[in-house]
Formats: sequence, C-alpha cells, structure tokens
Amino acid sequence: MTLWHDRAQSMGTSLTSASTGLALAGLLVASIVAAQIPAAAAKPSVIELLWKWTPLLAQGFLFNLLISFCAMALGTAAGVLMGFARISLHAPVRGTSWIVVQFFRNAPWLVLLFFVMFLMPFEVRVRGITIPFPDWIKATLGLALPIMANIAEIVRGAVQSIPTAQWEAARSLAFSRRQTMWKIILPQCIKRMLPPWMNWYAILTMATTLASIVGVSEVMTITNRITNAEGRTDLLIPIYTYVLLAFFVYCYPISRWTRRLEARYAER
Amino acid sequence: MDDVAAWFLWLYKATGIKLTIFYDPYDRTRFIQGFFTTLKLSAYCLVLSVVLGAVAAWLAGSRVAAVRGAVAAFVQLFRNTPPLVQLYFFYFAVGPLLPKVDGVPLLGSFGWAVVSLTLLETAFAAEIFRAGIEAVPKATVEAAQALGYSRAQIYRKVVLPLAVRVTMPAMTNNLVNLVKTTTLAYAIAAPELVYMSAQVWSEQVNVPEMMIVLLVCYVTIVGVINQIMQWLEERLRVPGFGQ
Repeated sequence: MTLWHDRAQSMGTSLTSASTGLALAGLLVASIVAAQIPAAAAKPSVIELLWKWTPLLAQGFLFNLLISFCAMALGTAAGVLMGFARISLHAPVRGTSWIVVQFFRNAPWLVLLFFVMFLMPFEVRVRGITIPFPDWIKATLGLALPIMANIAEIVRGAVQSIPTAQWEAARSLAFSRRQTMWKIILPQCIKRMLPPWMNWYAILTMATTLASIVGVSEVMTITNRITNAEGRTDLLIPIYTYVLLAFFVYCYPISRWTRRLEARYAER
Repeated sequence: MDDVAAWFLWLYKATGIKLTIFYDPYDRTRFIQGFFTTLKLSAYCLVLSVVLGAVAAWLAGSRVAAVRGAVAAFVQLFRNTPPLVQLYFFYFAVGPLLPKVDGVPLLGSFGWAVVSLTLLETAFAAEIFRAGIEAVPKATVEAAQALGYSRAQIYRKVVLPLAVRVTMPAMTNNLVNLVKTTTLAYAIAAPELVYMSAQVWSEQVNVPEMMIVLLVCYVTIVGVINQIMQWLEERLRVPGFGQ
C-alpha cells in the first residue's frame, strides 16, 4: 500500500499546470460552444465578440500590470525601510513601526483602498504648482500600503533568521552595525526574501482588480462595461472566464517559479 | 446606552465628529446588521472550507491519477486567479443560469458570496492541510498500518488530529485572510459591514469617521481571532511536538 504521503507530494507537478490551464480553456471553449447553439445568424457569435473586445481587454489588463508594478515598487521601498525600523535598536522606533505594520497587515485591502480614495485630495498645490492625483495613482498608493507592511515582516523575518553568531563574528572583526547589516546580513537575506516577495507580487497583481470597485478603468471595469453594452447573457461566462484565464496565465508561472526557488533554497 | 448616544450626539455638536451609528437608531441597526452579516459570512465560509479542504487534501492522495489531477487543478485555479473576478464570475455569469423559485433567484448575493469565498478558501485550506499531512512522521503512519488501521481510519484517527495541530498557525493566517476577503462581497452588494457602512457614509456624508470605525472593526475582529486561535493552539498542544 502506497502511503498518501508520496502521492500527495506529486500534487503540483507539471501535469497540474497543463491540466489547470486546460480546464480554464476548456470552460471557455465549452461556454462558447454552448453559446453558439441559440445564436441566430444575424447576431455576431461569442467568438467574434471576444475577438472584437480583446484589444480593449488587453489594454485594461496591461493597466492592471502597470498598477501592480508601481504598487510593488512603492510597497517594497517603503517596506524595506519599515522592516529596518522593526529591528531598530531604538525602542520607540521599533514600537511605532510594529503598530503601523500590524495595522496595515490586518486591515482589509478594500477598506484601505477606500481610505486612500476618499481621504486623499485629488490634487496638491505646492508653491503654485498643482500636482494632480488621478484615481489610478491613489489606487496604487492604497495597494502599496498592505504590501509595505508585509514586505516589512519579510525583511524582519529574513534578518532574524541569520544566526546571531554572524553578528558576533562581525563585531569581533570590528564591523560597525551598519557595515554588518549591509555587507554580511543583507546579502544573505536577499535569497530568503525573494520567494515570499514574489508571492506577494502575485497576490498584489490579483488584488489590482479591486481598483475597479473604486472606479479605475482597469480590466474588470472594462469587462463590466462590455457586458452592459453588449447585453448578451451568453457572453457572460466566456468573458469572465477569459479574464480569469488572463490572470491565471500571468500568475501561475510566478507561483511555480516561487515554489521552485523555495525548494532550491530549502535544500541548502 | 442612552448615555452613550447622548455623548456621541454631544460630540457631534461640539466637534462635528459625526458618528451617527451610535445615536441614530436606523444607522445603528444597519451597522450592527452589517457587522453580523460579516461574521456570519466568515463563519459559513470557515466551516465549509475546513470540511471541503480536508476532503480535498484527502483526495489529493488518491490512488487515481485523474482525481489527484482534478484536485491540483482546482487548487491552482482558485489560488492563481483574482478572488474578485471569481466572485463576479459566480454572481454575474453563473448566477443567472440557476432556476428561480417564485421569481426569486435561488441564491442571492449573500449566497453567492458564501459559494465563491468557500471555494477560494477551500483551495487554501487544502494546501495547508496537505502541508500538515506531510509533516506527520511516516513512522507514525506505518505504526498505524501495522496495527491494522485502514487507509480511511489512519487519515481520520492518526494523521488528521496531528496535521490539524501542525497547521494551526497557517489556519489562523487563513482565517484572518478570509475575514478580510469577505469585504469583496461589497462588490456584489451583499449586505456586509463595508456595504452597510458605505450606505451610512453616503447618506450622512461622514466618510472619515466611518472609515476609521471600519478599520477599527476589522482590526478588532482580527485581533480577537488571533487571541482565540492562540488559546486553541495551546489547548490542543500534544506533548512531544513543537517546543
């Protein structure tokens, strides 16, 4: 009798990626085929409709990716600083950063997004120069906040995972705290931080669809507009599956790659 | 209660801080309803996803390759697509296909939120349980086999009790994520906390106050969950595991 240990481990093999992608694509095809049957000759087929709207949907999806890049860059920069604050030798800095991190990690993304959307001005005047904040910039900031808090925890965790002996060894070699951090500790941390960082990027990319709730014209908003404009009930399942497929094709390789890196680093 | 209401009314008149949910009966009722809807939504999804997740983790060790593949595909599908799109997919695309009973859809926005979030959480729970199952020492399973336990018995009586304990921290995390994800139900107008608060703030024009109330509510719920789970973890601890 084979133990289901061994079997369970085989879950998530390359067969999976193919089968999941196929499952989604299959659903897309099946829904299109099902939609074909009642479609009269006068009305365009679902495939034609999907094809017609693909450029607009792709544009929306690229906008999601743009938001994800910006939010990730911002969140990572702020998160690294916040992570350093979490391990500061200065107790008040440590305490304050702990509160900030806990708050932004535990608040729902949507509520944070609302928070930034409603409470941030749409433009700021600095010495006569008007800096506008369009909706998508505000959404990016709102999404960067939880990323910041989570990256801070990753940084703290990675730094604390380095054996204390290394700090002591560095000190005995007359390295300052800053030098130890930059030259000895952090280079080793990068490797440990990369997989969770990539994981958060995938989560963020999927969360960019939340921007549709606050009125940013990303892929979800566009999809809803298309379904409203076409008013075709047989288009609904194909078009939502299409969007799901787009995200899956983008996010699944990232999650596979993350797993591979994790496994590789765990071996050493 | 009257004192509290009076104080918040005084606060509004003195400072302009408008927390109608404390003194306006209509707003208060709405808000409390929203709060309990969020708790109810979370509880339904939690129970269903833990049960389905355990089943999925068990099926992931099936002898039939097709079953293993199907479970893996399900897990990867729900983990790698946006939860909001899943919700829209179920509510807007699958929803209209369901038959209507007396002109009322079989599942409303709350029902679809339960279905969609449960499936999402099942995918996460399945992965967590799988990791927990893998953490159970092989020798323990072999010992159970030697004692004549069947596969199902081993799973139910030996592996699962141990795996549940190993997975507690990850489950806590998952539960916190679940509560946070219930806010998405706002998008399909399920009457949960964010939706009800949005109704209050659009009528009373007290966005900043309601925002802070919302954040405090969620951070409190999450804090309580963390405390309960920590307590549970200590209660369920088996000697000889962990430190």
